[in-house]
Amino acid sequence: MIEVKNITKVYGSDENAFQALGGVSFTIHEGEFVAIMGPSGSGKSTLMHILGCLDTPTSGTYCLDGKDVSTLSDDELALIRKEKIGFVFQAFNLLPRTTVLRNVMLPLVYATVDADERTKRASQALLAAGLQETHFLHKSNELSGGQIQRVAIARALVNEPSLILADEPTGNLDTKTGEIVLGTFQKLNEEHGRTIILITHEQEVAAHAKRIIQLRDGVIVADSTMHARKKIHHES
Amino acid sequence: MPEKRYIMNLSDIFQETYTALSANKVRSGLTMLGIVIGISSVIAMVSIGQGAQSSIQSSIQSLGSNLLQVTPGAQRSAGGFGVSSGRGAARTLTLDDADAIAKEVSGIFAVAPEVSGRYQITAKGTNTNTSVIGVTSVYPTVRNVQIAEGSFISDQNNASGAKVAVIGPTVQSDLFGEEASAVGQSIRINKLEFKVIGVTIAKGGSGFTNQDDTVYISLTSAQRYLAGGKYVTTISIQAESAEAMAQVQSDSTDLLLSRHHISDSTQSDFSILNQNDLISTVSSVTQTFTLLLAAIAGISLIVGGIGIMNMMLTTVTERTREIGLRKAIGATKKDISMQFLAEAVALTIIGGLIGTALGATGAYTLTALGVLQTSVSLTSILLAFGVSAVIGIVFGYYPARRAASLNPIEALRYE
Repeated sequence: MIEVKNITKVYGSDENAFQALGGVSFTIHEGEFVAIMGPSGSGKSTLMHILGCLDTPTSGTYCLDGKDVSTLSDDELALIRKEKIGFVFQAFNLLPRTTVLRNVMLPLVYATVDADERTKRASQALLAAGLQETHFLHKSNELSGGQIQRVAIARALVNEPSLILADEPTGNLDTKTGEIVLGTFQKLNEEHGRTIILITHEQEVAAHAKRIIQLRDGVIVADSTMHARKKIHHES
Repeated sequence: MPEKRYIMNLSDIFQETYTALSANKVRSGLTMLGIVIGISSVIAMVSIGQGAQSSIQSSIQSLGSNLLQVTPGAQRSAGGFGVSSGRGAARTLTLDDADAIAKEVSGIFAVAPEVSGRYQITAKGTNTNTSVIGVTSVYPTVRNVQIAEGSFISDQNNASGAKVAVIGPTVQSDLFGEEASAVGQSIRINKLEFKVIGVTIAKGGSGFTNQDDTVYISLTSAQRYLAGGKYVTTISIQAESAEAMAQVQSDSTDLLLSRHHISDSTQSDFSILNQNDLISTVSSVTQTFTLLLAAIAGISLIVGGIGIMNMMLTTVTERTREIGLRKAIGATKKDISMQFLAEAVALTIIGGLIGTALGATGAYTLTALGVLQTSVSLTSILLAFGVSAVIGIVFGYYPARRAASLNPIEALRYE
């Protein structure tokens, strides 16, 4: 369902041009849990922006659910994001001074879903992300870091996207809370069959995924399925 | 595939606006204050201007309604080399002219010829110099004069040329003091004794004439004892309605031209002043005055609008990451620009509401305290609202567009 063919991204022009991606190709099927790994400057953020339809590639094609989205306009990309993609960022994930429920509903607000349906779907998503109903009406600034990320996961889930993109979701969390958040992703993948792409620079974080794509200097250097290791990790 | 909607619901825009504005109440309030001051001063200034206009108009109307005044004009001697005498000084209008107008022109309610002049008036050791007008019995109707005490000059007084006078309240107090009743007393006009038979109601000065400082006597006695001859100084014509005034004016002009044997209307020896012309002249003056006041107040409104723009630009910068987040989860450019435009318009509309209330209260207070006559019109309130909404859109547009055109990736990275 995600088909990336020979994608390049060049910033700037002429002598100042900088190539962030130099021909990346891969396919991700529905229900996969993929980690995209690489040190800073490897092009993983650029790749995430393209996969998340926040940006378009300089050349190459990107097909999402059979539709080529590599040449769409800004507003068309916004529509794709609204319908097919859920984001979890490293920081500034929630609107301040706004309730948890309202935060989760936000994608549905832009999708003009009616009010009753919104509340229902937002509550379901919050429960699926492991939050209790007592938290629903808390303001976002009253939550802990782990809770914030799980609310963000619920928001990413709420519009039933084809793809959940998480950009360093544990970057601001301590190891223990990070584990809980990563556990939430694993649960969503295994129990709900959600397709998840996790962008990280940490080996331990990537280890939670079933497949790891490693980037370096804008090209893929390794693409390995880690079924065996995953199982061991899970049992330990 | 169903048609896609690019913009969120109105109620959601309201909710977002409320959350955003209430998050920073002091700043929202101060920004709004600029609009409040602007709108309230526009409302107050316009109502002062309109109040002045209506009070001037009503004082013109108090001279009598639907009034045309025929006065003798410059009379030129034939040949074109003659010296023209000053307007009003010429003796070209006669009582017969007045009778002819009353008889031959249609659409006329009443015709009041008069002879006026200034004379020294004495009574038991006091004296005053004021205008004496010789009138007929229809004068009070035409010129809107009312009697406080006694009676007005009657037709019999005119027929007999009786030496009776009706005096204005100013004349009464000048000659007899505030308290004493003047009716039944005697006054001397130009050394001739007249008996006071009535006193008129005080109207206040209006324009260049003061009807309170006037002595009325019968037209016949004025012509016989004071002015001499059969001439009149003014013929006041009251038309039946405002609509008939133009027709009465042109018919009277034609009639007088033919009676005076003048074929070229530019050579006419009289002029007709239309009260409506006077009102429209005065109106245009006060309208300019109102416009001037409104323009001065409008400047403060523009300054308020710039305040809104300033605040919105700050808000957009502060909320760059929020905008990035909203865009990432599917907000279109229109969603974002609508949201910020709604904030600006909400500020100006609420400011406009408060400003209207304040301005109207201020105007009513001025009237209640008797400082100035004001009138708050629905038009000015609607205009204030319209203007505040437009200011919101104009000054909110640029910040909103700036927010909408932010690149989501850069917005999310913004520190």
